[in-house]
Amino acid sequence: MASLKERGTAAGLIVFNWVESRLGLIKPTVAAATHPTPSSNASWWYVFGSAATVLLMLQIATGVLLALIYSPSANEAWSSLNFLNHNVALGWYVRALHGWGSDFMIAIVLIHMVQVFLFGAFKFPRELTWIFGVFLLLLTLGMAFTGQVMRFDQDAYWGLGIGASISSRVPIIGAPLVHMVLGGPTLGGATLSRFFTLHVFVIPGLLLAMAGLHIWMTLFHGVSDWPMPGRLVNKATYQREYHELAEKTGIPFVPDAAWKDAVFAAAIIFSVMAVAFFFGPFGPGGPPDPTIIQTAPKPDFAFLWIYAVLAFLPPSIETPVMLVVPVLAIAGMLILPLVNGEGERHWAKRPIAVLMVAVIAVSLGIFTRLGTYTPWSPIMTAWTGDPVPPQYLHGRSPLERQGALVLQNKQCRNCHSLDHVGGQRGPALDDVASQLTEDQIIRQVLQGGGNMPAYGNALNPSQTKALTAFLETLRGPDLAPAVDASRKLANTSEMLVPPASIPPAQRASR
Amino acid sequence: MPEFLKHPGESSNDSLSPEGKAAAHSRRSFLFKLSLALNGVVGAALAVPIVGYLLSPTMKKSSGGDLGVGAWVGLGPVTDFPVGETRLVDFVSPVKSLGDGETGKVACWVRRISAQQFQVFAINCAHLGCPVRWFSESKLFMCPCHGGAYYEDGSRASGPPERGLFEYNYKLSNGTLTIHAGQLPTLATQASCSEKSRPLVQIKPATENTPARSTPWQA
Repeated sequence: MASLKERGTAAGLIVFNWVESRLGLIKPTVAAATHPTPSSNASWWYVFGSAATVLLMLQIATGVLLALIYSPSANEAWSSLNFLNHNVALGWYVRALHGWGSDFMIAIVLIHMVQVFLFGAFKFPRELTWIFGVFLLLLTLGMAFTGQVMRFDQDAYWGLGIGASISSRVPIIGAPLVHMVLGGPTLGGATLSRFFTLHVFVIPGLLLAMAGLHIWMTLFHGVSDWPMPGRLVNKATYQREYHELAEKTGIPFVPDAAWKDAVFAAAIIFSVMAVAFFFGPFGPGGPPDPTIIQTAPKPDFAFLWIYAVLAFLPPSIETPVMLVVPVLAIAGMLILPLVNGEGERHWAKRPIAVLMVAVIAVSLGIFTRLGTYTPWSPIMTAWTGDPVPPQYLHGRSPLERQGALVLQNKQCRNCHSLDHVGGQRGPALDDVASQLTEDQIIRQVLQGGGNMPAYGNALNPSQTKALTAFLETLRGPDLAPAVDASRKLANTSEMLVPPASIPPAQRASR
Repeated sequence: MPEFLKHPGESSNDSLSPEGKAAAHSRRSFLFKLSLALNGVVGAALAVPIVGYLLSPTMKKSSGGDLGVGAWVGLGPVTDFPVGETRLVDFVSPVKSLGDGETGKVACWVRRISAQQFQVFAINCAHLGCPVRWFSESKLFMCPCHGGAYYEDGSRASGPPERGLFEYNYKLSNGTLTIHAGQLPTLATQASCSEKSRPLVQIKPATENTPARSTPWQA
């Protein structure tokens, strides 16, 4: 009589055969999972794509959970998020997982892209895999933007306004495009509904389909082999070489290579869980009431660099740059494998590729950093909130102190800092008198210029006099006052005629 | 799976001669092409209502006549607005619809120049639409997003905006200030219809703007 274990195994086999003879998917799936892959790419560098897929699964799962409570109506969305945060058991944690999961997903997708780029893995025969990957990046960013709209707070409201304003700059179809983006003439219920549709139906559908094709192509061509300097990709020979490599050094992808993917995926998911636990959900911020104007809208982290770039573009080229540069950048990424599909794969032999990654990463980093503290924005409360530092008032005359008062009352501090406190839109004023002469200060204040508005209409002569007197005392540590270099010349040539050369009669009349 | 199915030409149930099979195949492939064409026609007919539905937000329902989308909205008696001051006024959008909630509210800056002369500015910065704030002491509107600044008459003072603030059309009737509102003011969809005759995008560097103003410090 067969043991219990043998009978159990036999029963299991019968069930498996019954299912597989009808489904027909299990054996091909196992065959695909255990396909031989060159042992060199069982590497920790090859784990980012699978981690991005696992994060996508996390986002779908948490997104479905949030949709149980979230109300996609402009009337209720903001309240339903607060309800999730405070009234639904662990609602805050699911929101935090979804929010931080999105930041992690963008980061992992970008790292994956950089790795593939530096390893030359986009080259033949994986060009289309890269192109679909570019679409996956754009769809991921699309999810991030529409997801920020789902958090229907002040930042979401004004962020949509920024989106509409950018759309309005498109020539000819600007107005219909704005109405298309907003779902009507104004920003409201219809706008949230269409972004909800994008975030929950359209983009996830495309994202899943594209990710499926992306993974299929990875299976079809095999995971790219570890690049070696001097081993060039040649369309005629590459696939034969790859198959030889896979036959010679091949190990089954599952489990010999996939355990690293699994460990990394677990580490990433656990990191999301930890960060979500310690830092909590994002907002929602203030209610989406456009009559509350005491707000400084800011996009989410992934878009801060765009927000910063938009502050620095000169008005005359802003619209063309806004509309043309993204098209060129995306087109460049898409055609990269088509124009550069062969040749050297190793980063050590591709200095321009390494330089490009470095320059782009540093630029994005700098602009993101600037976006976190927006030095170009006036600080709206500095004039009432940040007093003139006391050391700038010691030993000053009444007129000069009156000038300090004018400086505060006329909101100069919103853009100019004193002792590192105040706005950073304009230059710090701590040593203004060492930079500008009295005449130059008066001219700058009254007429404006550079990036400064003219204050001629906002200051009367006595205020100007007092303000200038105060600014004249701001010379910084041990700096000489600014002098007009041409003044001395003018004095010498016209005013300061040596007394001896003047006839006594004229001297008397002076 | 394809390997389980025989190619139609190899069907053993078919008692036709090879010529007969070829003729039947030709007939069936013609019918298939015909069915594709039929689906094309049905698909095109179905696309008409779907595209129409999708594009409906861009078709303007012009209730305001030549002023475009929107309607006249009262902002209150003119006595609420002291001459020489600029005040924030809230109103409910005339195009507010189902489910808009708080987003159906709109704010604008009303500047009363003289007894009969007003300027009503949209709060949306001409750069990217953020809400500008009025500072009466420095007589400036300042934008919190990218530092755009405007003078009290709405003209551009500094920063990234390429033009002045958007203005609503207004009229005074029975001692009430009324403005025409109804769409989000952007460069392409401006608050005031009088702007429509001008080019959509006006690029004016600050330096060109300044001489046009009466030299301010002498005023």
